[in-house]
Formats: sequence, structure tokens, C-alpha cells
Amino acid sequence: MAETVPLLHMRGISKRYGGVSALERADLAVSAGSIHAILGENGAGKSTLIKVMAGVVAPDEGEIVLDGRAVRFASPAAANEAGIVCIFQELSLIPELSVADNIVISDPPRRFGLIDRAAQRRIAEEALARAGAGDIHPRALVKDLPLSRRQMVEIAKALARKPRILILDEATSALTAGDVAKVFAVLKRLRAEGLALLYISHRMNEIAELADECTVFRNGRNVATFKADARTDDEVIEMMIGREYSHVFPPRAERKIEDKRPALEVRNLSWTDRLHDISLALRPGEVVGLGGLDGQGQRELLLALFGVLRGLSGEILVDGEPVSIASPAAARSDRIGMALIPEDRKTEGLMLPMTVRENLSFAALDRVTKAGIVDRAAEQRLIDGMVELLAIKTAGLDIPVGALSGGNQQKVVIAKWLMRQPRIILLNDPTRGIDVGTKQEIYQLLRRLAAAGAAILFYSTDYDELIGCCDRVLVLYDGHVSRELIGDEITEHALIASALNIHGGDGTGEGARA
Amino acid sequence: MGRIADRMPKFLRRADPAVAVAFGCIVLLLLLGSLYSRNFLSPEYLLQQLKVASFLGVIATGMMLVILLGQIDLSVPWSVAMGAMMACAAAAYGPVGTALAIPFGILCGVLLGVVNGIGVAYLRIPSMIVTLATNAVAQGLMVVYTGGFSPQDSATAAMRYLATGFAVPGIPNAVILWAVIGAAAVFLLTRTGFGRAVYGIGNRERAAYLSGIDTRRVVMLAFAACGGLSAFGGVLLAGYASKAAQSMGDAYLLPSIAAVVLGGTSILGGRGSYLGTVAGVILITLLQSILSVMQIPEAGRQIIYGVVIVAMLLLYGRAPANR
Amino acid sequence: MKEWRYWLIEQRGTLMALAIFIVMFVIYTANHPAGFTANVVQTAANKGVLLAFVAMAQTLVVITAGIDLSVGMVFLLTNCLASWLVVGTPGETALGVVAVLVAGAVCGALNGAIVIYGRLQPIVATIATGAIFYGIALLLRPFPGGSVNEDLADALTGKLFGFLPLSLVALAAVVLVVWVPFSRSVYGRAAYAAGSSEMAAYMSGVPIRRGKFLAYVLSGVLAAMGGLFLTFFTYTGEAALASGNAYTLFSIAAVVLGGVSLFGGRGSAIGAIFGALAFRTIGDLLFVFDLDPLWQPLFQGVILLVAVSLGAFGLFRVRNRLEWFL
Repeated sequence: MAETVPLLHMRGISKRYGGVSALERADLAVSAGSIHAILGENGAGKSTLIKVMAGVVAPDEGEIVLDGRAVRFASPAAANEAGIVCIFQELSLIPELSVADNIVISDPPRRFGLIDRAAQRRIAEEALARAGAGDIHPRALVKDLPLSRRQMVEIAKALARKPRILILDEATSALTAGDVAKVFAVLKRLRAEGLALLYISHRMNEIAELADECTVFRNGRNVATFKADARTDDEVIEMMIGREYSHVFPPRAERKIEDKRPALEVRNLSWTDRLHDISLALRPGEVVGLGGLDGQGQRELLLALFGVLRGLSGEILVDGEPVSIASPAAARSDRIGMALIPEDRKTEGLMLPMTVRENLSFAALDRVTKAGIVDRAAEQRLIDGMVELLAIKTAGLDIPVGALSGGNQQKVVIAKWLMRQPRIILLNDPTRGIDVGTKQEIYQLLRRLAAAGAAILFYSTDYDELIGCCDRVLVLYDGHVSRELIGDEITEHALIASALNIHGGDGTGEGARA
Repeated sequence: MGRIADRMPKFLRRADPAVAVAFGCIVLLLLLGSLYSRNFLSPEYLLQQLKVASFLGVIATGMMLVILLGQIDLSVPWSVAMGAMMACAAAAYGPVGTALAIPFGILCGVLLGVVNGIGVAYLRIPSMIVTLATNAVAQGLMVVYTGGFSPQDSATAAMRYLATGFAVPGIPNAVILWAVIGAAAVFLLTRTGFGRAVYGIGNRERAAYLSGIDTRRVVMLAFAACGGLSAFGGVLLAGYASKAAQSMGDAYLLPSIAAVVLGGTSILGGRGSYLGTVAGVILITLLQSILSVMQIPEAGRQIIYGVVIVAMLLLYGRAPANR
Repeated sequence: MKEWRYWLIEQRGTLMALAIFIVMFVIYTANHPAGFTANVVQTAANKGVLLAFVAMAQTLVVITAGIDLSVGMVFLLTNCLASWLVVGTPGETALGVVAVLVAGAVCGALNGAIVIYGRLQPIVATIATGAIFYGIALLLRPFPGGSVNEDLADALTGKLFGFLPLSLVALAAVVLVVWVPFSRSVYGRAAYAAGSSEMAAYMSGVPIRRGKFLAYVLSGVLAAMGGLFLTFFTYTGEAALASGNAYTLFSIAAVVLGGVSLFGGRGSAIGAIFGALAFRTIGDLLFVFDLDPLWQPLFQGVILLVAVSLGAFGLFRVRNRLEWFL
């Protein structure tokens, strides 16, 4: 089915941002009628290569050969015209416009110079049907649709442009389980029709199911290309991180924490249609993980605990006492002692133009000020302690925190909260987009904090993290706890199964793919 | 590398190109003015300019606070006028009124600022709209109060002394007041938790909120301060002219925004130093003064004014490109 | 059957504005001493149409997520220019009208160039260009004066068929000829897209810059229409700063009342027209209820404050406080 002559060949592509090399003489060959998966750590260059292919950025060196001819794309529109369509991670939909408007936005059908709405509607309905999303109404406004529906619209929009090469950059991250199955069916059908598909994902199981060929990127280079089942998962991971894979995680704690009173307890917590009847208990010294596919309520649960959501029903108890947390200010107070390391460090965790010092003390301003005035000496002491504890690598404390690497930025976010010595630490996917070395340091840190008595709850999209770091894992599905896995029960198989709400053995839960 | 940077004096290390350009332009304007008339560089004239600049400086201080948050206060014109008129009005109520005139004027401005703050922080209405509306309300109130005529009350002796007196021989009081207010502003912005919160909110309100800052209270306090400072500017202006006048604040809206922005403070918030605002205020004042010394008619003045602001912003106030 | 529901959601702002206007106008004419007569309607229309044009101009900029604080000054500038040029023979008058509209377009283009290609923030850029436009207006008319082709002026401010104010007809014509084609064109959609999410629009290959630029140019043309009509009503040109500022302020009020989102990407000029008419009518309610005209500015200000606060009641439905912060 796959042709031997590549449809698209990227040769020797290099791209530098400031002093950092995102791509270094990278190669990639894409054949028609096949699904080609691209793997690699964040920062390995996958997204940059895709952006070069899609005309969003221009390469510093190298050439793109399409159909045997060298081409140069001046803009995303030019790449589209050549038949290359990309579905990015950050959605490219215009919120205030309708689904139909968005689907044809790059090239609307025209009549007498104005946009032909009837034709537009027809094209949209066709594209939605082709994407398996026929239930979405073309006149609905994109901003009124939930994230999973928006991603389906994104796919329909790509299909409407009749691509020859379709690139999906983590395009299934927000989809519900049912949608994922539909999308896979669509992708397989497109492959049979002769499209070349490029699929970037972190999820090994998806790649195993879809891909014909795989390419691994590391440090801006193509490390290896091989047929889909030619390598084991461990070999692939080693290629991605470039060294021996085992011993990444510190050993788990001894099980002495059974009888302590929970630091945090949640009973029957519900919120709109995103959280249903969640109950959990978190004891001091425990590291508890939240698992499951993206968008099942993990983020909402953490926000709910931290006082950001309104209209919660159910109870939250801290140290056995019921509390009502109305804001992050209340959550971080001495009585409750919570901290939240948020999902997106660049927009929720840090103020990038402000200095490292200012960011570090930002959540602890009440502790470094006396009568409102900053006590420089006290601040310096606390900060020095944190920089040392976390081994934050920075050229100075008074440079903008935006100049630090992703891993060090995340350390600043964590340090910012550790300055308050919180008892309950919530983390929302803390190692997303961070290099492996820093990840390990964070795992060690979490273990040490737990050993010192903190109760840790963290959401991760990485199965190995959940397996390696957590004493227990609560897998969420559709806003409720699908299953609780304890100790050795935490295996990749069990995690995936409960993420898809499949229960083996105990007869409960739904059947395959909901 | 870190060591050398640590040893450089702080202000050089963080030297904002905008502030440097602003001071450069001030020097340029002084040279230009001196070409036209010898008197331009005389100490008396420069001090006079500094005094006139002080009124704008007080108002611009409040505006800077609000702009640092990423907001804007378009109620300055009638905040100024209301402060002036209410202070003069209080003076008509006997000795108690006279004594309390200045605080009363400022209080009116603070109240207006609180309304602005509630609208922006708690009701999440865009600041541009809220302050336009409160400006209109303040105007309406003053029109009703004065019956549509020019205000008849005169300024108190205290007001006149603050605006035109010389507590320190040789230095106008207004300049001292501006210096004091400026020093307080610098201290607030650089040495207090409140100041850090202001910069943080201006940079990324979401991150500030998630860090546990009560962002709504900070925003409201900033607007209240801006209202109070505008009103105080009005009080001083009334002292300078010995009475208040209708629409006296209109001429201060564009200059106060321009002064803050030309001084390097980003209109989007989160970035800017008070030194830049000082430079911006002096720059605007000198520009207006040169234009009037050259006896350029109002039409020409407006045009040159607008062109200069656009030109300077194109120099250093541009947003980064997309690709 | 669900089609009309989606249409309702799309047009929500405009319909709201229409409703407010109708309510206000009914109260107005019900309490007016002369009642619902053609003359009453004509006077109301003439006053409202001026603000309507300026509000339409503001809308075009606001949908691109910008704001135009110079629109009142373009209004003044074109008024003063018209008092010089729209005179003489029919041919000269026609040329004069065209020249005035072109002048408006040039002002809009200047704003657009500075904001789009100069990448300055609209609020500061238009405050500065407003000063420039006002200066030019002052140059043209240091003192109120000038004249206008009175035949044309009377024709366009009179009544059609004895009851339909021609100013409204002109307004409707402008909507049909300028707004509708623009909003349905690729560039119009680009303007909306840029206002809603410039990043997404760029990634989708939308011609953002051209769309926004066209929006700014058309905005200038519409403000010029307002200036023309002001000349037709007053027969003179005057660089009245207070009036210009008031029109700028009221245009923003009209736009908000008209359901146009200040954040960009949503709303229609038609809604802004209703918002303008409603705003004018509200202001005139005082006269009708025999209240002291001294209270009018306060009344208008309070109405404005209440109107913008109404939008805040959407807040109570917000479940995730993070939505408060962009």
C-alpha cells in the first residue's frame, strides 16, 4: 500500500531561535498512502519541523522536495495550496465565528465577490460528515462548543482543504474516548484513499494502532526511522531520551501511612457536568496520582480544590475539618496550606518579563513583607534556600524569568510555592514539556517532600510517571473516578484500561471503546 | 558574567531604552528652544516649566498606576474638574469648610476612583468603558452643581499656597509636592508588596490570581489612588488660577496618557518605571511650552503634538512582529 | 426548526439593541407633546443619524479588537472640509462630496497604517491622530463659517413621500452599499477573525492585515458621511472640540448598547445604529418629561453607566473564576 517514492522529502532542515538550535540538519521522508508517526520529547524538534513543513516558519537551511521538485513556502496559505494541511496543537479556530465559517475560512466559496453562504454550508456539512462529526451543526458558534467538539471541527476543516499530506500534531489530546475511535477510523480511511498522514503523539498505544512507520526525533535530529512494530517500547523510549531508561524514578515509600488522618479529604464533589461525585482521601506522606485521558476532569478537580471554581457541591475537609475555599488566596492560607502548580507555566505560573526574584517571592509576598514593605534580607534568605533546594540554574536572580529554560522555569514555579511550606501540594502535569534531567530532579523532590510530611496530588499524562512516582493512582473518566489503583496494581495496562473505562475481571464498567 | 552584572549600578543595568530616548528628546527640545529664544535656558523659565509640569506630573502618577495594571482611566478630565470645584465649594462653608477643602476635593476624586475600581475589578467591565461613563456622570454632577455657569467659588488660601507658594526659597511648592508624591510612588512600586502585585497583575493577571493575590482589591485601590491624585491635581490647578473652571480637566487627559506611554510604560501593562513617567511629563510640558513660545496657532500645535507622539511611539512602543 | 435558534444567537446583540430602541422610542413619542408625527420623527432621525454614522465608523474598528478615539475628530474635520468644498454647481458639489469622503478614507487609512503596520496600540495611536485631525479641522475653520450647497442639504434632510426622513434613507443606503458587502466579503470576515483571535486567524491563512486596513479605511469614510450630514444640517463648518469629544464618547456608548463586543470579533453595525438611535432617544426623554435640561448630561451619564453594567450580570453565571482573566 505504501509507495516507495516519497511524496515529500525534507532534507537537512535547520532552524535556530536565538542561540538555541531547534532543528539541526533534520530529515524526514513521507510516503503517500501511509501513516507515519513522529515521536520525541518536547523540545526535540517535532513541532518545529511540522511548522516548517506547514509554512508557518521558514527554515534557516535545508530544502523541501515535494513531488520531486524543490519548494519554498512563504506562508501557511502557500503550504495549503501545495496540499499540505496541518492540524496544530493550539487550535486554529476563530471562536466568534460559526463552524461553517471556520471550516472554509482559508478559502471561502465566492459569488459576485462576496462569500457564498449556501455553498459554504454545503462544504461544511460534507467535511463534517467526512470527519465523522455529522452531529455538529454548521451554524453553531465555535466558542459555544466543548473542546472535544472543537477538535473535531478542526479535523473537518483540514479535510475540507482536500489535503494530500495531513499532519496531526497531538490532535487527539482533548478528544473523548468515542471520538478517538471515530477519528482513527477516518484516518485509516484516508490512508486507503492515498493520503500521506503524519501523526505526532506521545501515546504509544495510539501509535501502535495507527502507524505504518515511525521516526524518533531527539535534539533536533532524526535519530531513527523504522517500521511500526520493529522496535519495542523500551527501545523507542531509549532512542527518545538517549540513555538507559530504567532507574529514572526514586523508590517508593514504605507503607506506614495507613493510619494517619487524611490531610485532604473530598466527599461527593460535583461541579457542572465536568465533575461527578468524586471522593478521595489524601494522607500526609502520600503521593497520589490522577490519571486518565485528557479532559476527563483532572484539571477541574485540581482547580476545584484550589478555590477557583464556583457552584461546587459536596464537601472538602482539611485535617478532618470541613472547609470552604473561595479563592486561591484562601487555599494558600496558613489554615489550609495548599499549593497548586498550574498547567501552563507561561500563562498561569509565571510572569515572564519579571525577574526570577520577583517571581519566586510572588506567592509568598505576605511572608517577605513587614507592614507591606518588602524585607529584602528575609526575601533573599528564603530565595537562596529555594534556589539551592531545587538547583535552579539561572544567570542571576534579577534577569527575566522568561530567559530560563523550560525545566528551570518549572522549578521556579515549584519553588515559588515551596516558599510557603505547603502541606498539600497539587500539581497539574508538572513535567509537561520538560527535559528528562529536570524531570528526574522533580521526581526526587516530590519524594522528599512526601517523606517530610506533605500530601501530594498530581495529574500526569505520562503513564511511566504515574507508575514510577505514585503510591496510589485515581483514574478519572468523564468526571468520576473510574478506578483506584494501589501500589503494584499500577501498571500501564491497568491505567490504560481504566482510562478507557474498561474493567477486566470484576465485571463492572462498560465494554470496549465507549 | 553574573558577578559583573551584579556590580553594575542597578539603574544602568536595567536602563530602559525608552527612558533614555525620552531624556534625549528633552535635551533636544531644550536646544531647539534655545535656538528660538535665549530666555529658554534661563533658570527662571526652566523652574516655571517645572512648576507647570508638576500639575501634570501629579495626574500622570495616578494614570501610571492604572496603566501599569493594563487598564486606562478616561475619567481624569472630570475627576480633575470635580476635585477643583468641590474643594472651592467647600471653602464657601465657613472656617471648617476652608480647612477641609483640600481633603474634601481629594475625597471626591477617590470616590469616583472607587466606582471605577468596582466596575473594572468586580464587575469586569473594560476600564475604557467604565471610566468614560463615570467621566460623563461626574460631568453631569458638576453641571447640575454649577447650574451650567462657571463656578463662582474661589480657591482657599491653602490651595493657593500649595500651588504658587515657596516653602523653600527658590523652589515652587508644586514642584516639592510632585517630588514627594513621586518619591512615594517610586517607593510603593519598587519596595512594597502592593507594587509587586501591580506589576504582576499588569503582566499576567491570571498568574497573579493563581498565586493567591487578591487582584480585585489591588485594582480597585489603584483606581481609587488615580482618582484621588487626579482630584489633587485639580485642587492644585484651582489654587494656581485661584478658582475652578468648566472643562479645566479636558486638557490633561491626552497629555497624561502620552506622558506615561512616552516614558516607556507599556500601555498593555506590567512594564515601566516612574523615572520614565517623569521624563515623559517634562517632555510633554516642554513641547507644549515651545509650541506656545513659537506662537504657533492652536491648530499647528495640535498637529505637531499628535505627530510627535506617533513618531516617538513608532520608535520604541511597537508590538513584536508575528513571524 | 433549530435554524432560527442559531440565527437568534448570532444576532443577539443587534436584536437587543433594536428592542431597547423601540421601547425608548415608544416612550418618547407617547410623551411628546406633538405625538407620533412625521415632524417629530424627522427631527429625531436627523439628530440620531449623525451619531449613527459615527457609531458605524466606530463599529468597524471595534470588531477588529481596536478602538478609535479619533472618530469624533474625523467627523469634525470632514465637516469643516465640506463647508469649503460642497458648494457651487451640481458638478462641483458632487466632486466636493467625493473629496470629503476620500478625506475620511485617508484619515482612516492613516489610523490603519499606524496601528497595523506600525504595530502601535489603537488606543494611544488614535488619541494622537485625533489631535492631528483636530488641528487640521482648526486650520480649515479657525472660526465657524462656510456654507454648503443648500439644495442638496435641504433635499437630504427633508422627507420622502411626506413622512420618511431622507436622512434615514441615506443611512439605510449606506448600510446596504457599505456595511453589508463588507461584512460578507472575505476582508470583512478577516476583520472579524482578527478581532476574535488574531493568532488563529494567522494560522488559518486569513488576510488579516488587509482586512483590518479596509475596516479602518471604511471607518473613515463612514465618519465622513457623518461630517457631511452635519454640514447639511448646520450649513456651516465648525471645529468644536467639545462636540467632537462628545461624539467619540457617545459612539462608544452606542456601540456597546448595540451589542458589539469591545473585545472584538462580534457585533454588527446595524446593532450600533440602533444603539445610537436608542442613546439619542434616551437623552431626549428628559425634554419630553419636562425636566430641567441642566440634568441632561447627568442623566446620559447614568444611563451609560447602567447600560455598561448590565453586561456584568453575565458574570453571575461564570462557574470558573479563571474566565474573568483573559
